Order: sequence, then C-alpha cells, then structure tokens
Amino acid sequence: MTLFLAFAIFPLYWIIITSLKGQKEIFSLPIQYWPEQVTWINYLGIFQISHFQVYIWNSFLVSLVASAMVVFIAMLGGYVLARFSFKGKRQVMFGFLVTQMIPMFIGMAPLYMMMSKMHILNSLFSLMLIYTVMLIPFCTVIMSGFFQRIPNALEEAAMMDGCSRLSALFRVIVPIMLPGIAATFIFAFVQCWNELIMAVLFIDEESVKTIPVAMNAFIKKYDIEWGAMSAATVLSVIPTMLLFAFCQKYLVEGLTQGAVKG
Amino acid sequence: MDTQKPIVTMTKQVVPEGKKSFRISKEGRFIFLCLLPAILFVSVFTYYPLVRGIIMSFQNYTLFDLMNIQFIGLDNFVIVLTSPDFPRVAMNSFYWVFFSLVFQLLFGFMLALLMRKKFRGRGIYQAFIFFPWAMSGFLIGLIWRWMFNAQFGVINDLLLKTGLIEAPISFLADGAWAMAAVIIANIWYGVAFFAIMILAALQSIPEELYEAAAMDGAGRIQQFWRVTLPYIMPTMLVTILLRVIWILNFPDIIYAMTNGAPAGSTHIFATYMIDKVIFGQDYGQASAVGVIIVLILMLFTIFYVKATKVEKGGDF
Repeated sequence: MTLFLAFAIFPLYWIIITSLKGQKEIFSLPIQYWPEQVTWINYLGIFQISHFQVYIWNSFLVSLVASAMVVFIAMLGGYVLARFSFKGKRQVMFGFLVTQMIPMFIGMAPLYMMMSKMHILNSLFSLMLIYTVMLIPFCTVIMSGFFQRIPNALEEAAMMDGCSRLSALFRVIVPIMLPGIAATFIFAFVQCWNELIMAVLFIDEESVKTIPVAMNAFIKKYDIEWGAMSAATVLSVIPTMLLFAFCQKYLVEGLTQGAVKG
Repeated sequence: MDTQKPIVTMTKQVVPEGKKSFRISKEGRFIFLCLLPAILFVSVFTYYPLVRGIIMSFQNYTLFDLMNIQFIGLDNFVIVLTSPDFPRVAMNSFYWVFFSLVFQLLFGFMLALLMRKKFRGRGIYQAFIFFPWAMSGFLIGLIWRWMFNAQFGVINDLLLKTGLIEAPISFLADGAWAMAAVIIANIWYGVAFFAIMILAALQSIPEELYEAAAMDGAGRIQQFWRVTLPYIMPTMLVTILLRVIWILNFPDIIYAMTNGAPAGSTHIFATYMIDKVIFGQDYGQASAVGVIIVLILMLFTIFYVKATKVEKGGDF
C-alpha cells in the first residue's frame, strides 16, 4: 500500500525538489534527495525569461470560457436526453459515442484549414471553440446521468405552478444539480487546461500561447533548462490539483456513474 | 444508482388533435432546440473534418503542392504501409497499448481492492493516489523525461544505489529502453483511472452477496472468484475496451518524452501522424495513417465484442 503511494507521489515530489534546487545543484553528482539550499530562483526565473504570466492568463481564459460553454450546452442537451424519449435519441447518443472512439487527429488537417479560413488561427477563440466541441459529447452524457437522478416530480410541480419547462429547469433543477454541474465544469476546465496537441497546431504567436504550448516551444528550442521547466510544471499543476482536491468526490462519482450502470 | 428513469414519453407519432398536438409539437421543438447546439457543434467541428480527413487520405494533399490536389486512389496507403517505418510503428503501438493496459489494469485492480475497506486517512490516501489523473500527459512526459535522464536522472541513481545496475543507462537514447520508459510513464498515469472505475464497481456490489457466499461456506478467495469478479466483469470489459481505444489514441506522453526519438524508434501511430501533420505537412499521408488507426480499432472492437459478448454497457 505504501509502495503504491510512493510510486504515485514520487514523480511529483521529484519535480518539486528539482524546482527548488539551484542550477548547479541540479546538474551535480551525487544526486541530492533534498535540496542543500532551497531557492526560489527557478520560479523567479521563468517570469523573467518568458511571459509566463501571459500564458497563465491565456490558459485560464480559454479554459474558463470553453468550460462555461460546454456546461451550458451539455446541460440543455443532457436534460433533454434524460427526460424525454424521442425519435433519433439513440442516433444522437451513438453519434456522441463515436466521437470518443475515433482519433481526433484524422480531422486535424481539415480543422487547421477550417480555422485558417475562418481567420482564427493564432487566437484564443480557436481554442475555446475546439475545446468546447471536443468536450460536448462526454459532458452531455455525464450531465444526462445527473439529471436522471433527480425526480421528475420536481419540475412537474413547478410547471403546474405555471413555470415554463425552461424556467423550471433553471429555477428548480439547476440549483439542486449544482454539485454535478460544478463537477462537470471542473472536469472540463482541467481538460482544457491540460490540452496540448490542438493548441500546438493552432497557436504559435507569443501573445496567445497557453502554458503547454509555451513549454513545448521552450523544450523544442533549447536544451531543456530543467530548473525552470520544473518550476513551470509545478506552477501549472497547482490550479488543477486544487480543483481536483476540491471536488474529487463528486468528480469520481459522476464520471464512474455511467460505466457502473452498465 | 438505480434510477427509475422518469421519462416523459413522447408519443412517437404526433397525435393530430387540437390542443394536444400543439403541446407535443411544442415539446418536440423544445427537445430540438436544446440539442441543437450540441449537435451543430459536433457535426461542424468533429464530423465534417473527420469526413474531410478520410477524403484527404485518397488525395495527394501536401502543403507544398496545393495547386495540384487530386484523387490518387490508394497511393497514400501504399506509401504508408510500405514505408520502412511502418512495421516498427505498428509494433510500438502494440507494445504501447498492451503493456500499458495490462499493468494499469493489474495495479488499478490491486489498488481498488486495497481501498475498498475503510481505514484511517483513506480520503487523503485516495486523493494522492488519484492525483496523476488531474495532470496533463504532456507534463507527465516532461517529469518522467527528467527522471529518466541519463546523467542526472533519479531513476538511474536509485537503480545504482540498490545495485540493480552497475552503470547508468541512457534510457531515452536507446530505442528499446526508450519505449519501456514511455510505457512506464503511461502506466503511472493510467493506474488511477482503472482504480477509480474498479473501485466504483466494487462498491456497487451488494453486501448480501458476500454474506450469502460466506453462509454457503465460501472462503475469501472463493468469494473473490465467485462473487467479486463476475459481478464487476461487465464494467471491466467495457472499461478495457474504452481504454484500449483511448491509449492507442493518446500521443501526449510520447510527444513530450521522446517525440519519436531516437530516430523514430518510439513512434506509435498517433505520434507518427501528428509528426506528419505538423512537420511533414503531407496531409494526405497523415490522414491515411489516421484511417488505418480507425480500421484497426474497428476490427479490434468487433473482435473484442464478439469474443467477450459485451453488448452495450454504460454510456461511455
């Protein structure tokens, strides 16, 4: 058991330790398992040698907007899928499922050309758009799972009192579902925050780089400066870790729910 | 969660009767409008590029020669399949999926069994075990790249200290070692996923089943084989299928750790294809690789479903 824990934690421990070592200590033998001298120089360094604050902001903005859009779209779609049975429902579900099975890369070149025609290459908007699209199927199905757990009687009562279905949805159901919505939102946020391949494809202008793109450019250009790289890694992991810790329970519940039902 | 699905059944045919039909068509419109954004986005930005990509795989589509795009039949496929890289990429993809999956499953299963019982600090333990899951493949690749560093990497140091090796290994400079290294990183990443899924499945087993089994004199081990395993089998089979697909399509770790180096010896289909799109700029050939991935996955899925008789489990 402890072994598992060690195996799970060690890489993170190691990257943190590395980030706190000075340049000299990183590249000297024997390797120290605890820094002889704790230094923040790597952290200061990344803000000096790069526009790291800009990348953080870009990543944040893209993730925030994309996950908000996903949650909204998935909520509407998920609600309908959970509450009604209608012609074509199976086909819609199947259409969503297929997107999870097929590698996105086949569409990569055409997507690139589409973005280029729309003149949104090298803009954050292209990423917001594509992340939203990539996350819609999964989040919609997850949301529909959450809706299924909420008794129908609630919104029927509201509708009896004269609410329209839409306002019943937003006034009665959404407040109850907040934990589920938050979990979906955070899931989407983390996915966007972490995404690399599409971002590398669409972005290469300094001012609109997200964190992964910037780090990627960095390791391609120079010999890897491991001190700075570790610091950047730690910084970019912190937000997702916090979010994850914050909603781990809901997230795990929500995401496994679908599979276990089967 | 046993939900009795509260479904408002929409009649399949619209009843042509004054007020009622109006209500139904209104509801139909509501359904349509709610699903529209999801369907629209996915069609335009997932399915359209997909179809275009498949078409491209039959064209000579290179960025150097955009004036001269035409259908060239199966030429792209022939080029890709007969290229000297292909056998290695195919083998690597197989190793990548097979070993990642086996060990992720094994460790994930053990972990789930361990965590099923309540113990002090389980919440915190669980959080630490699961956290790799919140990280990106790219960062994980970077971290492991550093740990596998030939000269200053901690893995060499640990192996030397425990006496398992006598001289440091240049893990990422040697084809076979590099492949092993990326797979280890991937195992590390995926254990959490399996543990989560299996744990959830385990927790859904009703306690009475064990009580009944114990009453009938089944020991611990027998209980495991007779109760636990059969009960979670459907979940496992679906999870495994999805994971195979997902692992095969997952380029990030390799991209960050080696990006195919040394000399293309760690490419799997996914990274090979990305390489062709981003650096090679030969979209036709890249798309052909993509189509080959899909064909392999389709064959595998059909075979798998036949062999295991999983029909339709879970949503995803």
